[in-house]
Amino acid sequence: MSTEPAAILSGVVKSYQMDAVEVPVLRGIDLLIRPGQFTVLLGPSGSGKTTLLNLVGCVDRADAGDMVVAGQRIDALSDDALADFRAANIGFIFQNFNLIPVLTAFENVEYPLILAGMAIERRRKRVTRLLEAVGLADRGNNLPGQLSGGQRQRVAIARALARRPKLVIADEPTANLDSRTGEAVLHLMRRMQDRYKISFLFSSHDRSLMKAADDLVSLKDGVIQSIRRKAVDAPADSAYDSTTPGQPGDHG
Amino acid sequence: MADLLLAVRNLLRNRRRSLSTLVALAIGLASILLFRGFQTNLGATMLTAVVRAGGHLQIQHRDYFLFGGGNPGAYGIPGYQDLVQAIRSDAVLSPMVQVATPMMRFGGLAGNFEAGISRTVIGTGYVAEDVSLMRQWNEYAIPVLRPKFPLEGTAQDSAIVGVGVARVLQLCAPLRIADCPVPEQAAPQAPQGKTKALPDDIADLAMTENAAQQAQAKTGARLELLSSSSRGAPNVAALNVVAAEDQVFKELDEVAVLVHLGHAQRLVFGRSPPQATAVMVLLPRTRDLEAATQRLQQIVDGLPGGKALAVRSFVELNPFYAQSEQLFDFIFGFIFVLIGGIVLFTVNNTMNTAVVERTVEIGTLRAIGLRQSGIRRLFLLEGFMLGCAGAATGIVMAVLLGQAVNLSGMTWLPPGSSERLPLQLRVLGDAGIVAGTALGLIAIATLSAWWPAWRAAQLKIVEALRHA
Repeated sequence: MSTEPAAILSGVVKSYQMDAVEVPVLRGIDLLIRPGQFTVLLGPSGSGKTTLLNLVGCVDRADAGDMVVAGQRIDALSDDALADFRAANIGFIFQNFNLIPVLTAFENVEYPLILAGMAIERRRKRVTRLLEAVGLADRGNNLPGQLSGGQRQRVAIARALARRPKLVIADEPTANLDSRTGEAVLHLMRRMQDRYKISFLFSSHDRSLMKAADDLVSLKDGVIQSIRRKAVDAPADSAYDSTTPGQPGDHG
Repeated sequence: MADLLLAVRNLLRNRRRSLSTLVALAIGLASILLFRGFQTNLGATMLTAVVRAGGHLQIQHRDYFLFGGGNPGAYGIPGYQDLVQAIRSDAVLSPMVQVATPMMRFGGLAGNFEAGISRTVIGTGYVAEDVSLMRQWNEYAIPVLRPKFPLEGTAQDSAIVGVGVARVLQLCAPLRIADCPVPEQAAPQAPQGKTKALPDDIADLAMTENAAQQAQAKTGARLELLSSSSRGAPNVAALNVVAAEDQVFKELDEVAVLVHLGHAQRLVFGRSPPQATAVMVLLPRTRDLEAATQRLQQIVDGLPGGKALAVRSFVELNPFYAQSEQLFDFIFGFIFVLIGGIVLFTVNNTMNTAVVERTVEIGTLRAIGLRQSGIRRLFLLEGFMLGCAGAATGIVMAVLLGQAVNLSGMTWLPPGSSERLPLQLRVLGDAGIVAGTALGLIAIATLSAWWPAWRAAQLKIVEALRHA
């Protein structure tokens, strides 16, 4: 497992233009996301969780501040370079699953590997293994419309992991699932994270998910309220080291 | 490959919309191809008419076309027999030539002196057997063949006139021409009891020049043709009119008198060496025109006095044909632009709707690493595939509709023809045009997708992902 931080954010500022009004969303975020950890962003709606995920996931650009993701300064990357960077380093799991509706479950997982130019035999083996890992080996030929919400999200998890990224971004992945399915999906993500040693950055406003996290980042009104980091190798229910708004170098 | 898969699946995703766009494309292409099929058939019909009448090529005195119409003596070809022989015996040219035959055109005055009527005419002397052969030329399988040239096998003093000449000179009754009106105030008839209707001086001339023919002259439609000889003296031939033929254009129909070449030459050149105003060359295959022209020019240049001659193609000799082709090409272009515009907006609308519907999908594809160019490629590919499917369907539709029209038995009167012909649409008559038109429409369909594709690629990922 890499010891390089999954992401380092320093003084990151982001605002959106709403008609003539500029609405600040993130107000100087300093954060270090530890490698191989399951980091949960907690906060109410409008706290800036999704915006922060978008910035770390490199699908949006900060107005100010420095960002290093998977060891790469991303501020100056061109649009194409950023697309290539995302393809190679970042996996996405969306609240609405966002599977390509015209592709089967197998093809959805395969698509990022096709973009990567992976040879067909190797690619198919990997997709088969991933579908087995998420418990959908027998659903490969189903279109997303033929799958339940939980199954779709499992396909999305397999797709996010297909290129063995350094970081997986999951924006409220359980919000559209019932509590039991949501718990199962969360459990699966945790299992995958353990298995592949990939950093997960997960957003939720459900405080009951706290126990699944290695690191907890609380956001409110675009400001980090607290960062609580579990000691490495500590049991899942052990106490967190608690810090107030973190410095980039503060990684517990 | 992934792009192709996605494009196909996305087109199949909204079948009704894709199908309606495809049908619009197909109808557009089929309309263009059906019109082109009509145009191709019209072109073939007109080409056949002009080639049957004057051959593919004519060798004339270089100034005859512009200045020599009424002066065969000054602009004739003195050694035309050598030229015809050279054409027929040339190892390179002769396989490309079906008929090489002289003709002579001259101006004159035709009179029906029994009716007391005369008018100016344009006489043409032909080798009747050669003209009969030319009339059977049918490279493009036009469904109606012209009848044998009525002069073939007739006496040397025989003539054919335009129906208009027969009408004006009141020869309809003896020629048994139906629907031939007689003027209410007919021209004064020759006084009864007078056996010789011709004025004395002209009758004497005619009798001198045509004593033999006069002896054999039959009763019926007769014509006296007055012309000036190459030396400027008047000369007259008494002709036995064997038939009247519609010359299609009224102006030509009212002046055309067709006679045997020898007779025309005697009328104009008397006992001087005969000349022709042109040598007509008919090719079995029109595609040999350029090669035949080049070789013919070499042969002409090699003959004594050949520098004074020019080789002219049927296109040059028949400005009406070239103008008609240009007119129909223009109409074809106009229709193509019109339908191309409709196709452009139809495909553009379809692709714009697809972009709106698939905004979240676009955001997802971009998030997982597809570049902007990949998004553009995806939508352009969909436009291209719609174009291909529409083109293929359009060609099939055009062929089937064309066949239906061809088998329907409808007839029409084409320009340059005196008889109604079965309506034929040669949809696949010009494979190059069919391919070009289909490719043009595919290009328009692809181009129509360019703006929506560009717009899709420019979407901000976070905004696309937020799209409801």
